[in-house]
Amino acid sequence: MSKSDPNAPKRLALIASKGTLDWAYPPFILASAAGAMGWEVGIFFTFYGLTLLKPDLTAAVSPLGNPAMPMKMPFGPEGFQNINWPMPNLLMANAPGFEALATNLMKQTFKNKGVASVPELRDMCVDLDVRMIGCQMTMDVFGFKREDFIKECEIGGAATFLEYAADADVQLFI
Amino acid sequence: MTDVIKEDQVLDCSGMLCPMPVVKTTKAIKELQSGQVLKMIATDPGAPPDMEAWSRQTGNEMLRSMQEDGKFIFYLKKK
Repeated sequence: MSKSDPNAPKRLALIASKGTLDWAYPPFILASAAGAMGWEVGIFFTFYGLTLLKPDLTAAVSPLGNPAMPMKMPFGPEGFQNINWPMPNLLMANAPGFEALATNLMKQTFKNKGVASVPELRDMCVDLDVRMIGCQMTMDVFGFKREDFIKECEIGGAATFLEYAADADVQLFI
Repeated sequence: MTDVIKEDQVLDCSGMLCPMPVVKTTKAIKELQSGQVLKMIATDPGAPPDMEAWSRQTGNEMLRSMQEDGKFIFYLKKK
């Protein structure tokens, strides 16, 4: 639908370029909220973001590139839970098992607070007819096949996304 | 003294954070007929501004928004 039609619904075009758990939330949260408001939504999953289209979501928290990532404990008394545990990059990057620990902490904390999980958010996006486009070029580069991804997504390239984004009211790169 | 609004359906989103209240409200209002009223209850402090935006964007009128016992209550009329 083109912007020449004043009655056309608003449109959101997102690029999801990162595949870690913390970066998986923003595109799915924004897409489901926009879909709930009656907007048309399309997400282009490219580079590391492409893995968010796998049937079994294994997104994890990466300690790298998250300097001074605050860590909060999802258990214990409130005062304990509110402590920001400073996590030096050197520790995060080198401690064995840190990634699994950080991933579990984030999942548990989000769950305790009432945030939907990433698989739940993606299911909601599917229900709300969010258009999900997997990047063909990324598939070729990393050796993925169409069957590696959920059946609800389509496969396309930059031109596919740009044509969609050209008529969007909001475009974001995440 | 405000008039009592009679709801046709109640949706409790207590304990849920963004974007769940908005998404659940959309699902619930789809089940209603035009003119019917949904009473939505939430505890997310982000719900009042989000539900205002949802109402403006979807055209479903917010008849009333209030706070009671630490909960946010919205009366939404399906367009």
